[in-house]
Amino acid sequence: MEKESPPPTGHLSRPSAEASTFPTPAGLYIHVPFCRAKCPYCDFYSVTDRSLIPEYTAALLAELNMLRNRVPRADTVYFGGGTPSVLFPLQVAQILEGLHACFSLTPDVETTLEVNPGTVDKAALAAYREAGISRLNIGLQSIDDQTLAFLGRIHTAKKGIDTYRWAREVGFDNVGLDLIYGVPGQTRSRWEGEMAEVVQLAPDHLSCYTLTIEPGTPMAKKVENGLVHPLEEQTAGELFSATAQYLNRRGYRQYEISNFARIAEGDTTDRRSRHNRKYWTFAPYLGFGPAAHSFLDNTRWWNHRSLDDYLADLKAGKRPVAGTEMLTREQQMMEFIYLGLRQTDGIDTVDFASRFMADFADHFEPEVTRLLNEGLVERLSGRVRLTTRGMRFLEHVVDRLLS
Amino acid sequence: MKNIRNFSIIAHIDHGKSTLSDRMIQSSKIISDRDFKDQILDSMDIERERGITIKSQTVCLPYKSKDGKTYDLNLIDTPGHVDFTYEVSRALASCEGALLLIDASQGVEAQTLANLYLALEHNLEIIPVINKIDLPSADIDRVKNQIEEDLGLDPETAILASAKDGVGIDTIMEAVVRKLPPPVGDADAPLKALIFDSHYDPFRGTVVHFRIKDGTIRSGDRIRFMSNNATYKVEEVGVFQIVRVPKKELTAGEVGYMIAGIKTVSDTRCGDTVTHHRRPCDKALSGFKEAKPVVFSSIYPVASDAYEDLIVAMEKLKLNDASLIYEKDSSAALGFGFRCGFLGLLHLEVVQERLEREYDLSLILTAPSVRYRLMMNDGEERVIDNPALYPDPTNIEYAMEPYIKAAIIIPDRYMGAVMKLCLERRGINKNYQYLTNKRLEMVFELPLGEVIYDFYDRLKSITQGYGSFDYELIDYRRTDLVKLDFLINGERVDALSMLIHRDNAVNRARIACDKLKEEIPRQMFKIAIQGAIGGNIISRSTVSAFRKDVTAKCYGGDISRKRKLLEKQKKGKKRMKMVGQVMLPQSAFLAVLKTDTD
Ligand SMILES: Nc1nc2c(ncn2[C@@H]2O[C@H](COP(=O)(O)OP(=O)(O)OP(=O)(O)O)[C@@H](O)[C@H]2O)c(=O)[nH]1
Ligand code: SF4
Ligand SMILES: [Mg+2]
Repeated sequence: MEKESPPPTGHLSRPSAEASTFPTPAGLYIHVPFCRAKCPYCDFYSVTDRSLIPEYTAALLAELNMLRNRVPRADTVYFGGGTPSVLFPLQVAQILEGLHACFSLTPDVETTLEVNPGTVDKAALAAYREAGISRLNIGLQSIDDQTLAFLGRIHTAKKGIDTYRWAREVGFDNVGLDLIYGVPGQTRSRWEGEMAEVVQLAPDHLSCYTLTIEPGTPMAKKVENGLVHPLEEQTAGELFSATAQYLNRRGYRQYEISNFARIAEGDTTDRRSRHNRKYWTFAPYLGFGPAAHSFLDNTRWWNHRSLDDYLADLKAGKRPVAGTEMLTREQQMMEFIYLGLRQTDGIDTVDFASRFMADFADHFEPEVTRLLNEGLVERLSGRVRLTTRGMRFLEHVVDRLLS
Repeated sequence: MKNIRNFSIIAHIDHGKSTLSDRMIQSSKIISDRDFKDQILDSMDIERERGITIKSQTVCLPYKSKDGKTYDLNLIDTPGHVDFTYEVSRALASCEGALLLIDASQGVEAQTLANLYLALEHNLEIIPVINKIDLPSADIDRVKNQIEEDLGLDPETAILASAKDGVGIDTIMEAVVRKLPPPVGDADAPLKALIFDSHYDPFRGTVVHFRIKDGTIRSGDRIRFMSNNATYKVEEVGVFQIVRVPKKELTAGEVGYMIAGIKTVSDTRCGDTVTHHRRPCDKALSGFKEAKPVVFSSIYPVASDAYEDLIVAMEKLKLNDASLIYEKDSSAALGFGFRCGFLGLLHLEVVQERLEREYDLSLILTAPSVRYRLMMNDGEERVIDNPALYPDPTNIEYAMEPYIKAAIIIPDRYMGAVMKLCLERRGINKNYQYLTNKRLEMVFELPLGEVIYDFYDRLKSITQGYGSFDYELIDYRRTDLVKLDFLINGERVDALSMLIHRDNAVNRARIACDKLKEEIPRQMFKIAIQGAIGGNIISRSTVSAFRKDVTAKCYGGDISRKRKLLEKQKKGKKRMKMVGQVMLPQSAFLAVLKTDTD
């Protein structure tokens, strides 16, 4: 597939002319590896023993310092996890202070905190805002108590909705909600009913994830033992399509496979998650905390997926990096295709050409034409993107383009 | 020449030949302890992974005997598995003697007998060695009894050894010197050397392994291959001591190698005679009997542009595997390839693996078949081993298939189970006889086609490893043969077809359809799989279409995780073949061969 040998390492992709004068601002990610209880479906890295939070905070500040000014500018901060809302507002404030000290953050920086409704009250939310958080992403997951119980969540639907309302009341004007659908037994009408209630709340952003059985999780064990029967693929597919259809009609525009942003007439506010878009657009980001991932200058690296190893390395004055990889040209292309297709903007073929010094069509014809004919992708002014139907078969489309 | 001894170690599989070689190598100190590893002569990856010897290997061991003289002992470790008997017979042709190993707990087994007969055919002196005497289950008296009764050798000459613990090694080395005759030959006569093996070295061309019968060879000599008169100038001669060790000359009686800038792979032929260009010997050595393949299958590259690479790879592999026989073939579904003959199914697997590993190819093999004889209505007889060439059945008067006589040695408690297995495989029990205490030899006549698949594995498993088996082809018998085809979305895939007995067709077709269903990746449309005899569909299965194929999450910033998955998939795709609209993975072609549902 490759036509030319890659240029010398370090500058594997050619930044576009615009980008080299004004480098894309970076995103900063803080992984908070603590949860009150572990949800059986989750395979994110976190521990339930929270006694190490003070040590973690200290180590994190040390880690920030190690990468001081590694990026010229950052315009997002994202506290993810785990459950960042197990941190006291004071601890969040300390970390934000560290971030400000080590990086030059833009004035309009988007500062998101993920919140588990089971860990906060109204006062805490107010205090987070006070500390400098500008955006909340609440792990509501469902507004059906039975589903929440099945998911092993530590909160009720009411607590979830209350949390959302408190967020508004204490002045957050940018609030996103996470939902999980496709739980066993769920029907299209039940899911649409849930979405209807959620839309009533008018969140700025929605992330809707299908329940995925991740290998090695307690949920996977249950499936293996026949205690849980995952949804039929047919039904899961219908729910997936129904989600985008339903939300698009109610003012939530899908901009990524699982992400939707509210649009309102006469209002040009972009409510897409600025931080998450970094991941999909090849923008630089630095991740801090155990299991956090970073991407800069075509290099990806990741921290130890173990709090102990993370703390030990920092105690010894070392960076807690578990692995690094420099992307080859072919790998960059692969990611570019995959990430591009996840977004409704699709693959920018002009950007492709300038990054890889190669014509998109040369590389991917005649498969693109076949996919066009099958109605899985469409061409739109210099872009190739999935059709509504194609979205449901993302992996298949990528698989075909890449082989 | 008096100070040379050439001998092979022969035995049933797993009786400890390579381990005994290890101990003899260590005692000769040609390799440092640091560089040593177990079964050091099993140098190929497949040999190490499977724990069996596939290639005979020669090693030249200096040995200081009790008589005060130093000897060169040329040891050849041989494989024990039936499929590699050709390796054994060629090794024996360059020896004067053999160590016949017998596992002290297993006793005499089928290949112990078969290999002994081979050695006797070559008039070799035999030294029996009872190995693994360290095992708690060792029964030396019983084995001695078998040596006398089953093998007709003098049990008192047997040496007791434990290759594992290094017991009896000196006794064996001493016996090799005393009991085995030195080679005969005339160092001053015209050069006459027998090529018994060779391999290709990317830097130096073909490395010829040979045994000098008469004459002397030095670097700088001009030599000639007698079968094709190709001449070359010798660059290097030497002996194998794990690595190649150059020598000034090799002379009558010695076993070693020659490098002569041989780039044309086809010039070197196993069994050929090497002589001097200027002073040739009068007559070539008789060489070897051709290997007789029993299983046939076609090999195709997955990537259609890899055919040229496959040609080169086959030629080079053939250098190192004299039993491989092949000719050009082509298939509508798979393009150009080779029709190959193998000595058994393990041989087939080994060839595939070696081609893939050593030559970096990705291959598809078609269903193995035996060779049938078809009596046509017009009186003509046709021989066919390739389903693709099966004629219109209405023109066939009748078909005949090869039969074997199988000798199966088992402890008598497994008699019932073995009887059942053989009857399932259309076998006829000819007779049985007790060998020594409670050991039974059962003789069956079986269709070869029923044996090539997993017969040996099944035998091993129903006898908990105690059963051993050897066979010879006897004759052809009438059979009710049909051609079973497979259709993928209505399209016949010629490479999946097989010739099979009518009684087995429905069952095989059903199992194959189920296996194919598991192997063929789902696509955007439904895929129908059918098994058919002529126009008659006898089994079917369906691969359902995708309803959804999307991963919801993209794991935060962990893009590497997803990309690695994509990379893995892409690699898998390289091993797939497009048939019409459908991607058939390499494993699908293997799947139709499985006879069991597990
Ligand atoms: N206990 C014991 N085990 C032994 C002895 N000699 C060999 N073995 C074991 O028997 C197994 C087979 O040994 P190999 O030396 O590979 O046998 P082989 O005859 O070369 O086998 P093939 O080349 O496949 O025919 C190995 O697991 C050895 O460790 C012995 O003297 N005692
Ligand atoms: S709270 Fe979130 S991070 Fe923690 S276990 Fe549950 S899903 Fe995973
Ligand atoms: Mg061996």
